[in-house]
Amino acid sequence: MSSFVSKGRFIALVRKETRQMLRDRTNLVVGLLLPVVLILLFGYGLSFDVTDARVAVVMEDNSAATTSIVSGLAGSDYISPVWVYSMAEAEQLIRKGEADAILRVPVDFTRNLAAGHGALQLILNGVDSNSAQAIEGYANSAMQSAIQINADRQGNLATQSGSVSIVSRTWFNEANDSTWFLVPGLIVLVMTLIGAFLTSLLIAREWERGTLESLFVTPARPLELVLAKLAPYVLIGAIDLVMCLLAAKFVFGVPMRGSLWIIALSSLLYLLVSLALGLAISGAMRNQFAASQVALLASFMPAMMLSGFVFDLRNVPLAIQVISNLLPATHFMGLIKTLFMAGDYWPQILRANATLAVYGVVLVALATRTLAKKLD
Amino acid sequence: MTDPVVAAEGLSKVFRDDNLGYVTAIDALTLNVRPGELTALVGPDGAGKTTLMRMFAGLMKPDGGSLSVLGIDVVRDPQQVQDRISYMPQRFGLYEDLSVMENLDLYADLHGVPHEERRERYARMLEMTDMARFTARPAGKLSGGMKQKLGLACTLVRSPELLLLDEPSVGVDPLSRRDLWKIVQQLVEDEGLSVVLSTSYSDEAERCARVHVMHGGRVLESGQPGAIRERARGLTFTAATPDGTPARNVQARLIDASALIIDAVPQGGNVRYIRRPDADEREIEALIPGIARERRVEELEDAFMMLLREHEEAASGAAPSMKTTENGIRHDDGKPVIQVRDLVRKFGDFTAVASTSFAVERGEIFGLLGPNGAGKTTTFRMLCGLLPATSGHLEVAGRDLRTARARARARIGYVSQKFALYGNLSVRENLQFFGGAYGLGQRALRERIAAMVAQFNLDPSAISGLLPAGYRQRLAMATGLLHQPEILFLDEPTSGIDPLARRAFWRTITALAQDGVTIVITTHFMEEAEYCDRIAIQDAGEMLAIGTPREIRELAGQAGARDMNSAFIAIVEDSRDRRGTRVAA
Repeated sequence: MSSFVSKGRFIALVRKETRQMLRDRTNLVVGLLLPVVLILLFGYGLSFDVTDARVAVVMEDNSAATTSIVSGLAGSDYISPVWVYSMAEAEQLIRKGEADAILRVPVDFTRNLAAGHGALQLILNGVDSNSAQAIEGYANSAMQSAIQINADRQGNLATQSGSVSIVSRTWFNEANDSTWFLVPGLIVLVMTLIGAFLTSLLIAREWERGTLESLFVTPARPLELVLAKLAPYVLIGAIDLVMCLLAAKFVFGVPMRGSLWIIALSSLLYLLVSLALGLAISGAMRNQFAASQVALLASFMPAMMLSGFVFDLRNVPLAIQVISNLLPATHFMGLIKTLFMAGDYWPQILRANATLAVYGVVLVALATRTLAKKLD
Repeated sequence: MTDPVVAAEGLSKVFRDDNLGYVTAIDALTLNVRPGELTALVGPDGAGKTTLMRMFAGLMKPDGGSLSVLGIDVVRDPQQVQDRISYMPQRFGLYEDLSVMENLDLYADLHGVPHEERRERYARMLEMTDMARFTARPAGKLSGGMKQKLGLACTLVRSPELLLLDEPSVGVDPLSRRDLWKIVQQLVEDEGLSVVLSTSYSDEAERCARVHVMHGGRVLESGQPGAIRERARGLTFTAATPDGTPARNVQARLIDASALIIDAVPQGGNVRYIRRPDADEREIEALIPGIARERRVEELEDAFMMLLREHEEAASGAAPSMKTTENGIRHDDGKPVIQVRDLVRKFGDFTAVASTSFAVERGEIFGLLGPNGAGKTTTFRMLCGLLPATSGHLEVAGRDLRTARARARARIGYVSQKFALYGNLSVRENLQFFGGAYGLGQRALRERIAAMVAQFNLDPSAISGLLPAGYRQRLAMATGLLHQPEILFLDEPTSGIDPLARRAFWRTITALAQDGVTIVITTHFMEEAEYCDRIAIQDAGEMLAIGTPREIRELAGQAGARDMNSAFIAIVEDSRDRRGTRVAA
């Protein structure tokens, strides 16, 4: 296998690949339209934030103090209280799915509060544990601040002597807005998508149509074929990257704390890895249908589920962690989130990009091997 | 330069197949190709021609032996060989979404042809292939023959030191075939190019300087066509069939007597046959009493058939033939079984079939012929109810296809061009499934399967996909005949099977016709038209000629006297010329 690349042949092959790409409309739809759909879907359609959670409030102790504390809930964006008069009624609402939580103010709350050990009962609907957790947080902080305000208003500093108040701040994603971490992850998905859906078809198509046999018996070298197949799709990927970055900045207002150049260059490197993975799968499968299935299962799905896009990888079992770390997407996911939210952190930039570069070289070599001019 | 351009010594190649185990494709083959000549590898499908070509081109590694191409060890350095040769695979990989010119440019760029040389080369290629008008058309929109010519043009964008052509004329109609040959022969004469081509047509092999006859991965014989032809000297005869009797009846009697006769085929209304060297003339006389037998000049085809038959008999003894039994339902009401009047089919504004009328009698063998894209597949599909007609009257087995398609379909059998059975089911399972699909009851189904298995000499427990091509064809026929149809439609049934299997296949067809089954068949092999009672020739959607093989040959005049192939070319060309003048006027 010669790694010699001739400029004339390379240009001829790139021209051919580009023409083929432009003449196949489904290519352009998948390459340029699908990313737009994904941006809109993930930016607007998907959110892990809970707003207007319905909390049934059971007022068993109806004093002035309790009313003013509980009314603090009504002022929150996240919670909309439903006032009920008995526990039975509240349970009914939960069962019918009309409430997500119950806040119970017990009969002796005012007395206990005065004595310094006031307790409220919060019952959560655990069917959707993500939402339940979010509601718990909101309710807690709403109650905390309401009690604080109440105490301040009474000027009753004495009752505060025993309690500790926690002032929490969320760094990097100050609003704790899930769009902020979904949108950088979206760049990973879009770059993965081009490899999984487009380049995974390229070599397989030539096997199916029998065009490789003629191409093999020309002076064209395998590496030239691989690089020429990558070139036009790098361009598509670059356009997608620009769209993602513009959407992140101007549509979703996600901060970009790292330098734009590093974000762009790292993304292009990952794009190359993703395209080469698609090509290697395509060459190994020699069948368009099988190649697209394998690419979907081996690159797109794991990039979505296992790269840390949605789920925190530290909480998954060791075996899954090992698999996750084998995915190029995981390394890029960590990097791009840091670059967006925290800024340039050089040790990570260097390590992740070095890892991606190794993947790139290995995958291009594998794809080249599948085009090793042999039919048997 | 007298060194051979290709030298193979004890070459072998074994493929591993998951089901069949190891299959020997090339078996200790030794062969030399001389420079500056046109050399043919000739042999039936499955002889190993393509594998050998691919090894020459450095695309496959032999498992044993040595192979040098242009003096280079192709196993060690395939790229160096590939830089100097041109190779056209059987299915040339044109990029269908690129235009004719873009395809040419791509290959010229890859071979590094300088621009000034290119201009002259393109002009010549486009002129030879007659494609100058179509340079902007996407390759995918060309007809089969045009694609093949473009493939050859792409292969020849530069002057190679050796040109390899793998079955360049398979699936190409006779007109395009002739054009392809003109191009290749011109190159050999003008440029002294060395060409190796593989073919299954003996008339093509006859035009080559040297011929290697291949079968079962071996070279059975090598030499000049004339020397190979010698083998059949004195054994070749023509039996003149009296007017009114179909030649195929005489042919059937001859080919069934395998102890006396090596081969028999109908041609030009008579029957050509080769007798065994030790056969007694009196016994042949007794076989076809009163029929004049005349010695004829031996042809390469005769020698090939002898070589193949010898090899086959040495390998496995005589192949079990098919038996004939009652299949059809004989009730002759004197009415034509297929009636077509003013049949039209349009696709958008393209007219695939223009106002066609004909009728087919019961028990007839009716052949539909035409070059690629002539509309014969469209006509065929309308006849068997797979495609609705745009307008016209279409009656099959007494049913109007436009109103009672399902009822008409129950009375016809259909054997498609591709193997449309389930490859991973056994022969019996396939028959059971299709019998059930035709609505046969349990008992009828069992009886019919037993009859079919006996008639076609099939092994019911064999896995269908693993059968040899000839047997797969038999199974396809058996499936089409399960429900005892009145009409059997066969779409190019003989492409891809070797000449011996083709003889056996036609023997079954003629036997079916004798039983009263009407046969409608399309074929690429013009000589097979001789088996038909009547044939129709179509081109550009129009019916050019219809009649018995004899009538068609007479219609073609001088040109048609020799064989069906030249008659066909003459008729199609004549019509194209007339159409051309009409357009000009």
